[in-house]
Amino acid sequence: MTALIQASGLTILRPGGSETVLQGVDFQIRPGEIVTVVGPNGSGKSSLVRALLGHMPLAAGRVERRPGLRIGYVPQRVQVDTTIPMTVRRFLSLPRRVGDRDAARVLARTGVGGVEARQLTQLSGGQFQRVLLARALLHDPQLLVLDEPTQGLDQPGIVAFYKLIEEVRRQTGAAVLMVSHDLLVVMRASDRVICLNGHVCCEGTPQHVSSAPEYRALFGAESEGTLALYRHHHDHDHDHHHHAGAH
Amino acid sequence: MLDDFFIRAVLAGLGIAAVAGPLGSFVVWRRMAYFGDATAHAAILGVAISLAFQVSIYAGTMLVALAMALAVSALVAREQAMDTMLGVLSHSALAIGLVAISFVPQARSDLSAYLFGDILAVGRGDLALIWAGAAGVLALLAWRWQRLLTASLNEELAMAAGIDPRVERLVLSLALAVLVALSIRVVGSLLISAMLIVPAAAARGLSRSPERMVGNATLIAALAVMGGLWASLHLDTPAGPSIITAAAAIFMVSQAFRRA
Ligand SMILES: Nc1ncnc2c1ncn2[C@@H]1O[C@H](COP(=O)(O)OP(=O)(O)OP(=O)(O)O)[C@@H](O)[C@H]1O
Ligand SMILES: [Mg+2]
Repeated sequence: MTALIQASGLTILRPGGSETVLQGVDFQIRPGEIVTVVGPNGSGKSSLVRALLGHMPLAAGRVERRPGLRIGYVPQRVQVDTTIPMTVRRFLSLPRRVGDRDAARVLARTGVGGVEARQLTQLSGGQFQRVLLARALLHDPQLLVLDEPTQGLDQPGIVAFYKLIEEVRRQTGAAVLMVSHDLLVVMRASDRVICLNGHVCCEGTPQHVSSAPEYRALFGAESEGTLALYRHHHDHDHDHHHHAGAH
Repeated sequence: MLDDFFIRAVLAGLGIAAVAGPLGSFVVWRRMAYFGDATAHAAILGVAISLAFQVSIYAGTMLVALAMALAVSALVAREQAMDTMLGVLSHSALAIGLVAISFVPQARSDLSAYLFGDILAVGRGDLALIWAGAAGVLALLAWRWQRLLTASLNEELAMAAGIDPRVERLVLSLALAVLVALSIRVVGSLLISAMLIVPAAAARGLSRSPERMVGNATLIAALAVMGGLWASLHLDTPAGPSIITAAAAIFMVSQAFRRA
């Protein structure tokens, strides 16, 4: 199996209900790939991610994860119980203990160096999100699974975040599976985009997806922006070829 | 030394405190206060059954408390709005237990001993059982410490690390049932959950890490046991309620020193 995770015919029911949340989804992610899942609220993105991780029962289909696959996961909503006194440093050592060096390294990397002694409850939303990412980077993951990782980040933070993801991939060869609503940035940063709405509407390269009618129907005006992005690149490219041809 | 009823009482109380510290911290962290209540209240039904079938009170209460803990735990996993349901279960368990115990003639006379404990009547056998049980529960919690903590903090993160939150819930249910059985003679069914929550709540504001909180809660529970027993001896107050009163006093003082 060359894929890190391979799934076919995934069907998921709503917890405690009988309506389908996802129907017949095929999915795979290969080493070093950045795959982004986009789709409107409630379209089943988080459910897909959780099913791929084995956190959700399947009504049909199957998921194969490469044996021993090391995954770093940042869930969409992490409500850490405020009644547990917990420093950032202690949090990084759950459930596997890590050394001070490694803790400092990942925190510095995600831009929150030196917060070790702070209580989790005393972090801002964006700082907490960075700590979660730092925790996911511990233990040398082969696959990062990030469900809306940029929520709560400021604009420079979002840009820096996608840079960081690129950098991590380049340095460690880790694959990245991401859920995101930042369409414009996603289109630049991903190798492959999956557009989800209860089923896979369309998937492929960012360029392919952004011009697909299904995607445009789903995202309407916002999709124009991403399409324009690619038209621009596209036209540019053609011009270039024309010129080359003319000479 | 063990011949002295007061020394035995102190040792029994300290055995309970040693478990109530860590377990009470989990009860606070996981917001399981009603869960503790329901399990502890079920113990009265356990006493009634034990007396009726002439089996050990410890075994009877532990089994009934465990059944209750498992039932509640299954419900919690399924439903979201649990507050009302837990309240219903907790109070029904108590009422049903009281009705059941009224059918057992020999229990009627010392009903209050089961409701509020009778720590001054603890014998050598009880003491041995309390300390053996406490050691067992502490070993269980220590063994699974990192996993229990992760699952209490966030189930999704726990699952991603290969931890099954259901197993950890089961571990806590089991530990709770054992504690309930061990405490029935010390603080009684009505005050067991107070013994869990009050010291842990007092420790919360004084602690910056889960381990410190467990340590502080244990220390506070131990102080409450000694303070309560001292009061009971010198002021002739009932022992179980005095212990909880001491814990409540420490809680109030702790509020003045909150840090986090
Ligand atoms: N715990 C739950 N209980 C019941 N229904 C749920 C639960 N979680 C999700 N659902 C339902 O499953 C569907 C898909 O939810 P999911 O969280 O996968 O969507 P999403 O694409 O991640 O949305 P968002 O962009 O808002 O994060 C939704 O219709 C939602 O109502
Ligand atoms: Mg989601």
